[in-house]
Amino acid sequence: MSETDRKIRVLVAKPGLDGHDRGAKVIASVFRDAGFEVIYTGLHQTPEMIVAAAVQEDVDVVAMSVLSGAHMTLFPRVRELLDAEGADHILLTGGGIIPEEDMKALQNKGVGRLFGPGTPTSDAVRYIREWFQEDRQPEGV
Amino acid sequence: MSTIEREVPRETLEEELRQKEEELEALRQQLARWEAEHQDAPTRDTSFTSVSGREVDPLYTPLHREGAPGYLEGQGLPGQYPFTRGPYGTMYRTRLWTMRQFAGFATARETNERYHYLLKNGQTGLSVAFDFPTLMGYDSDHPRSLGEVGVCGVAISSLADMETLFDGIPLDQVSVSMTINGPAIILFCFYVAAAERQGVSADQLRGTVQNDILKEYQAQHAWVFPPEPALRAIVDMFEWCSEHAPLYNPISISGYHIREAGATAGQELAFTLRNGFEYVERGIARGLDVDSFAPRLSFFFDIHNDFFEEVAKLRAARRIWARGMRERYGAKNPASWRLRTHCQTAGVTLTAQQPENNIVRVAYQAMAAVLGGTQSLHTNSMDETLALPTEKSVRVALRTQQVLAHETGVPNTIDPLAGSYYVETLTDELEAEAQELFDEIDEIGGVVPGIEAGWFQKEIAHSSLRQQEEMESGRRVIVGVNDFTDGSEEVAIDTLKIDPDVEERQREQMARLRQERDSAEVERTLAALTEAARGDENLVPRILDCARAYCTLYEIRHAMEKEFGSYKEPVFF
Repeated sequence: MSETDRKIRVLVAKPGLDGHDRGAKVIASVFRDAGFEVIYTGLHQTPEMIVAAAVQEDVDVVAMSVLSGAHMTLFPRVRELLDAEGADHILLTGGGIIPEEDMKALQNKGVGRLFGPGTPTSDAVRYIREWFQEDRQPEGV
Repeated sequence: MSTIEREVPRETLEEELRQKEEELEALRQQLARWEAEHQDAPTRDTSFTSVSGREVDPLYTPLHREGAPGYLEGQGLPGQYPFTRGPYGTMYRTRLWTMRQFAGFATARETNERYHYLLKNGQTGLSVAFDFPTLMGYDSDHPRSLGEVGVCGVAISSLADMETLFDGIPLDQVSVSMTINGPAIILFCFYVAAAERQGVSADQLRGTVQNDILKEYQAQHAWVFPPEPALRAIVDMFEWCSEHAPLYNPISISGYHIREAGATAGQELAFTLRNGFEYVERGIARGLDVDSFAPRLSFFFDIHNDFFEEVAKLRAARRIWARGMRERYGAKNPASWRLRTHCQTAGVTLTAQQPENNIVRVAYQAMAAVLGGTQSLHTNSMDETLALPTEKSVRVALRTQQVLAHETGVPNTIDPLAGSYYVETLTDELEAEAQELFDEIDEIGGVVPGIEAGWFQKEIAHSSLRQQEEMESGRRVIVGVNDFTDGSEEVAIDTLKIDPDVEERQREQMARLRQERDSAEVERTLAALTEAARGDENLVPRILDCARAYCTLYEIRHAMEKEFGSYKEPVFF
């Protein structure tokens, strides 16, 4: 089996103190139905806990759901910690109540696409598949 | 139910009955012809189900009401058992609902300014939104609070913050609702102590603390302690308030968050009322007389898009509560049978696309809440899927209620949808659905075992996924999102920005507090609280002592946690 044929491993994470997990649970179910291997962290995770889980589970993608307004703190922190752990190959993406301008600012800090309210879940699935195809393409092919 | 006494000859009664039956028979025949006539008529390409997935008939007639209980048994008069038509005798003819906008952001100082603004604009009660650290029992300077201080609500870490929050607001005159659950008993004590500083005693306080931990485990997830000690603290508050703060509602049993997490109307209704009955059972198990605390139990429901279903839900809720309290729990005081509720329009129905459309959604939902007979109402602001609301959008939301109250004529008569074949049928159906869910909860061993097994959480997640699929497949149209999307790309409204130095200012103020207070008194009161938590005395007086000594939220939480432990959720999706 070539690298791009295997299942995509995704950690769905809920960082911070917010308990609104409707979105996280819906997206976790949708990812599973799309054929991804999904690990869900549960609530109230610190960036350190999320990064430890991502490294331990050897995931391709960390998808964070943030509705609390703390996205400008949480996304960069998780990105930094992933990079510090040598996990800069992991895609950090996510969704929540995140204004357009903040999405752009976060993308400039190495965060992947972020999805706002009302986005069809299929957009997120497609994005991750395309990223995976491109990023995990064996060298020289 | 009174027996009808009138001097009518038997033959006349029989004649009346015969005529009634003939009329129903004629209706049956006409309806059959009507159905035959229209069976091949084209129908719109939609499912004709309610938001909750309930099948809706094309037409409701007296035939839907055959076999239903009589008027006095099923509906009765407002203010009378079973309260279907309203909890009070004269409803909005005497007093309009309380217009109560939920608000809080940044520090106590900024939120205090917003409260003064809202009161000046004709709002009639206050409702405090706390930030996530406060909701979870962390101080603003705790490492777990990083990035979240004052962002989603106001940061309150001690009595000092609570005093600032209500600066210039007389707590004996303005009723205040506080949305806090996990550490509710602590914030309640800050509030009582802040009132004391104003010279207002607890028996003058009107207002509500949400304090509904069961729905936190089920849906909203802002918990601190495990279920059993958390329930003990709640019953402590019932007991303390019945003696010291008789006008205060020590709980608001909430369906709102259950619904927002994805439940259907029927699940919201059933889980909320079953939680309510659980609190009643806990109070009775403590040895409290049910009538000593039940009259102060209050409720909080979500008002979603499906207009008639929401009206019927509130009517059914009152009837179920009344019957349960009187028949099952033996309450004798009619005030114990009366379900009083706050409502909020459904945040989950707001769309980030074409946000101005939200004003219209909120207006319909607000009308459903009022036709359902709510006692107070929060109307969401159009920009709340983007950020906390701006002053302007909050004003539009408040004006929406004022237009409803003063221009539409809706509040002129009580429960005007009563007698509608559809609304009465829906009311009965929702009541029956709730009863089925009560039976299921009994089968799994009750509320707390259901939470521990993740049963409620899974039921809610299942409904949520169904609604998401309906929306994404286009079977349920959401205007501006999956249809009528022209113009959705432009979000041209201003949003509220939280000053990034709020966290820093709050840290400085905490540092000052820790330095200036009497540290021996802090230690003494905290140790006494841990001791009390170990035994079974009422915790409220101990926590009040801590509050007065300016112990912080986290210190008090921690003093209890030593005995109580903390809650670990069952993780699944």
